[in-house]
Amino acid sequence: MKKLLLPSLLVFVLAACESDPATDTAAVQEDNTAQNSVRTVDVGNRQNAGVLPPWAVDPLKNSVYFDYDSYAIRGDARPLITAHAKLLADRPATKVTVQGSADERGSREYNLALGQKRAEAVRQALRLQGAKDVQIEAVSLGEEAPRCTSSTESCYAQNRRGDFVYLGR
Amino acid sequence: MKQIFCFFHPFRCLLHLLLRIMVIIRELNTSQTMVNTSSASAAGIFVGTFRLLCVVLLSALALVARAQDSLSIVIEGSDAKPFPVAIPVFENEASLPHSISEIVRADLERSGKFQMIDLGLLSLPESRPPDLPALASRGADAALAASVLPSSGGQSEIRFRLFDTHKSNNASLGGLSLQATPAQYRLTAHRIADFIYEKLTGIAGYFSSRIAYVVKTGSRYELQIADADGMNAQTALRSPESIISPAWSPDGTRLAYVSFEAKKPIVYVHTLATGQRKVLANFKGSNSAPAWAPDGKRLAVVLTKDGLSQVYTINADGSGARRLVTSSGIDTEPAWSPDGQWIYFTSDRSGGPQIYRTSASGGGVERITFQNSYNVTPRPSADGKKLVFVTRSDAGFQVAVMELASRQVTILTSSARDESPSFAPNSNMILYATDIGGRGMLSAVSADGGIRQRITIQASDVREPAWSPAQ
Repeated sequence: MKKLLLPSLLVFVLAACESDPATDTAAVQEDNTAQNSVRTVDVGNRQNAGVLPPWAVDPLKNSVYFDYDSYAIRGDARPLITAHAKLLADRPATKVTVQGSADERGSREYNLALGQKRAEAVRQALRLQGAKDVQIEAVSLGEEAPRCTSSTESCYAQNRRGDFVYLGR
Repeated sequence: MKQIFCFFHPFRCLLHLLLRIMVIIRELNTSQTMVNTSSASAAGIFVGTFRLLCVVLLSALALVARAQDSLSIVIEGSDAKPFPVAIPVFENEASLPHSISEIVRADLERSGKFQMIDLGLLSLPESRPPDLPALASRGADAALAASVLPSSGGQSEIRFRLFDTHKSNNASLGGLSLQATPAQYRLTAHRIADFIYEKLTGIAGYFSSRIAYVVKTGSRYELQIADADGMNAQTALRSPESIISPAWSPDGTRLAYVSFEAKKPIVYVHTLATGQRKVLANFKGSNSAPAWAPDGKRLAVVLTKDGLSQVYTINADGSGARRLVTSSGIDTEPAWSPDGQWIYFTSDRSGGPQIYRTSASGGGVERITFQNSYNVTPRPSADGKKLVFVTRSDAGFQVAVMELASRQVTILTSSARDESPSFAPNSNMILYATDIGGRGMLSAVSADGGIRQRITIQASDVREPAWSPAQ
């Protein structure tokens, strides 16, 4: 906890220094906070980038798969989710994007929503295991980023997934 | 019934090709004077002639190749009793670089509602009444008398009158006089076709409207805009990442769409004439499915900033996002009714995806579809009477239309992978994406299912079509 205190204090001081009345609207304030915390997080990231284990940043080893028209976390996905949740809990300044995907059948927008449902399921599972909300962004790539492009069931199964992508690397 | 255009009037095509080559030679003569300044005279003439020959040959080849670059449209069905009409070559039409009458004929014929009566090289001048009994005896129930007149400032004036050949007096069904610059000849031809279509069918034409769609070539994506006949394609956006869900603003000047260029879905509003783009929605999570309100001041979008995909309304400048309805599952694909009263959307609140509607000001939700377990992408017609959507039956994903008054559903297509339907501005034709042999293609079908067209681009994957409002 002590490690966290210093950067948080820094953010607080920086935020206090910035008292420009023009930046009054909520949206702009949010941006300022983001800018300030980016400075802080950069430091954290530099610390964390070196210690992120190689398995966590290997794009081929960081996908969890889903059944057709389903967003329930499968049993075979739990060990990987637990490993990422622990990584995030141990490194509070590290942020991850969970990208949900869907197979190509049906409407692109509905598939985008299905991909989001999958990303959201992974996000919830990470939170339950100790990761913080601010560390995770759940987004969907719908059917737009297929890993496999033939119209077969084995191919579709590879495209119904959630990927862990770390920022600040 | 299968017709492929250009094979239909081989003689006219050849004539037009020759005309084109003559124009090219004329243009070349002017450009030749500039080229020759840097070359010695004797050798220059030889090189010039050779170059001329090459350019003529290349141009001829380019004319052949052009059909492959642009969208080509094949009719696969038409009205049982198409209306016989004669659209002869306009008087003095050879003075123009484009054959306007050919575009008018192609538009009308492609609609599936007309049969062209060929008059060969005969033209009917607009200035005097045509011999109607003679035209009737050749089988034409209507005929167009039209002339091209030179006008000031490089423009041409195109005058035409439409006649019912069975009327005993020489009163026309109406006519127009249109001024056009060379850049406007195609649009002028489409407007003439709109006029004829409306006079003879009682329904507004759609030939001067445009279509937006996404072309995927290799790993590159282009958002393109073309005339409703698939010609005159222009690229609005090029990206290494996917682009989906283009939506026309009610005035036809802007497109909202979803771009993945930032590795997540973000909604942009793009002004076509200037290329100016603005982020409409980039909240935490995914941003997608833009739909314009009929007044063009607000849009409906789908955001996930509060969890799963939910429908919000947002001002056209990106401010004031407000959640419209709440569900514990997916709500997506909103579409405004043309009177602004309803927002139709897809929701899985009952299990699988079904179509619902809610008042645009919020409130209760009404389920609209009950047949089949998968109904998505609701899009109302401009007259507010019909709703087109995609349904999944045992045969696959197909385009279906619902009469909103009776809630009667008709499946219009027999393909298995149809997506993204949208109505033409006259509420009579529906454009959609389909898949033939693993390649994305566009198709159009009439709202009664009788007329079908296939629209293809050679060697590219085409998807996400959207028909513009009336222009």
